[in-house]
Amino acid sequence: MTVELILFYLFGSVAIGTALAMILQRNPVVSALLLVGNFFCIAGLYLLLQQQFLAVIQIVVYTGAIMVLVIFVIMLLNLGDEQRLMERINFWQSIGVALVVGFLAEMVYILMFRGRSGAHTAIHPEAGSLGTVEAIGNALFTRFLLPFEVTSLLLLVAIVGAVILAKRRVQ
Amino acid sequence: MSMDLYSYLGLSAMLFAIGVVGVLVRRNVIILFMCIELMLNSVNLTLAAFSSYLGDQTGQVLVFFVMAVAAAEAAVGLAIVISLFRNKQTVNIDEINILKW
Repeated sequence: MTVELILFYLFGSVAIGTALAMILQRNPVVSALLLVGNFFCIAGLYLLLQQQFLAVIQIVVYTGAIMVLVIFVIMLLNLGDEQRLMERINFWQSIGVALVVGFLAEMVYILMFRGRSGAHTAIHPEAGSLGTVEAIGNALFTRFLLPFEVTSLLLLVAIVGAVILAKRRVQ
Repeated sequence: MSMDLYSYLGLSAMLFAIGVVGVLVRRNVIILFMCIELMLNSVNLTLAAFSSYLGDQTGQVLVFFVMAVAAAEAAVGLAIVISLFRNKQTVNIDEINILKW
């Protein structure tokens, strides 16, 4: 249990640190690489929750496909550094940030100190057998067959839309 | 002292708040995009934590669908960014106001 606790705090703190560094970083490429680190930490948290399949597709889909696409676009557009944060933040933006921080403090207070009922202190004993590729495939092709097929339609629409939007006009 | 469901919920609340702050303070469309991915991931973590602690598989299947939607969104969104950049030569959202009436 203690190893899991140490790993939870390690992954959690690195995830929060890379996320903060991502929004404070001015260079977009470094920002994207920090987000990749964040996704690896979340994959580690999935492993701590005994969900092997999600951990693998987190790395394959997010860091392998989506972030490569993002980095490719950043390099294609050849973006420079942004203006310094403090020079361009305005009054309404700082009000918004203050509201978000207040809401976060409220949520963390309620979750950590008020909502803790003593239940759900350990992972469900069957969780390990629910996270395998076999179990998820079984669920996807029986109970969730219709949403699964609709997802494939969505991906098709996304491919066609991306090609139409990004191609140059042909005269 | 061990981690329970609420530790995971608190962690994903923090990640979500960082994503919202990023959307509020940054002006680069691609960074905004990555902040949205961060928020989607924090919600995924919530779903996965509930799935593990309650012993219910539905949460994991939902995470799978959220990832598929995120992939579709990334493809279409980046295509929009490329065509915007081609027309306006900028990715700063303060300068992109062609939909403003």
